[in-house]
Amino acid sequence: MSVQLGSILAKHAQGLYFHAQRAELLAANIANAETPGYKARDVDFRTALRTASADRMAQNHDQHISLDSDFNASMFYREPAQASVNINTVDMVKEQAAYAENAVRYQVHLRFLDGKIKGLMLALRGD
Amino acid sequence: MSLEGVMRISGSALAAHTTWLDTVASNLANSEVVSGNAGDVYRSRQPIFATVAKPFADPQDARGVVVQSVAEMGPPGRKEYAPNHTLADGDGYIYHSNVNTVEEMANMIAASRAYQNSVEAMNTAKQLLVQTLSLGR
Repeated sequence: MSVQLGSILAKHAQGLYFHAQRAELLAANIANAETPGYKARDVDFRTALRTASADRMAQNHDQHISLDSDFNASMFYREPAQASVNINTVDMVKEQAAYAENAVRYQVHLRFLDGKIKGLMLALRGD
Repeated sequence: MSLEGVMRISGSALAAHTTWLDTVASNLANSEVVSGNAGDVYRSRQPIFATVAKPFADPQDARGVVVQSVAEMGPPGRKEYAPNHTLADGDGYIYHSNVNTVEEMANMIAASRAYQNSVEAMNTAKQLLVQTLSLGR
């Protein structure tokens, strides 16, 4: 049985990267909570997962619109629950909840990666 | 790595909101200032926030915040007839600053809450980074 290190670690590494990027986006929302006209954004994990696992259309002409990263493709603007005077759509409570949830998901991937690395080390050492 | 991006963005928010707290302090300190000339009197200062146009050409383009300018705002201050006042003008009037202290107190709370939120976001990102560094230990 061949152990493919890359494929074992790659999924969770991708997960870490996705959640790190999302953390940045949510931090930008939190930072701009008082900026007039700022529109809060978020990414949809389901869409990101689908685009990541789907076959890509080839971009074989330089004028083709690039599909860019999976992350960009799954970005959307938040629907504000309530209109604000300065047309800012950041709902602080929602952003904080999303940020905390995102941090926990990041830690989940870390934990899994950590377990896998430790397991592999154990197998390599054999003691 | 994007967790450093969180630091950068939240850092920009800390700087911007510190400026906001500065203007609140300045407004409150000068709320009782009077002048003998309507043009010279202290006027309430408010920061105008703007999203940073293009920080470092990030692919996903998450943006920080910056204080675009600090503007003097609000209606003209109260005019009081006080002919015995040292600063009174020829008609016996002195001019008060237009600072609304109640509004400024509310602004102070909003500014400190915004600051705290960014500190919290930064702290969480720091913890995640530290945990990532100790991966496999």
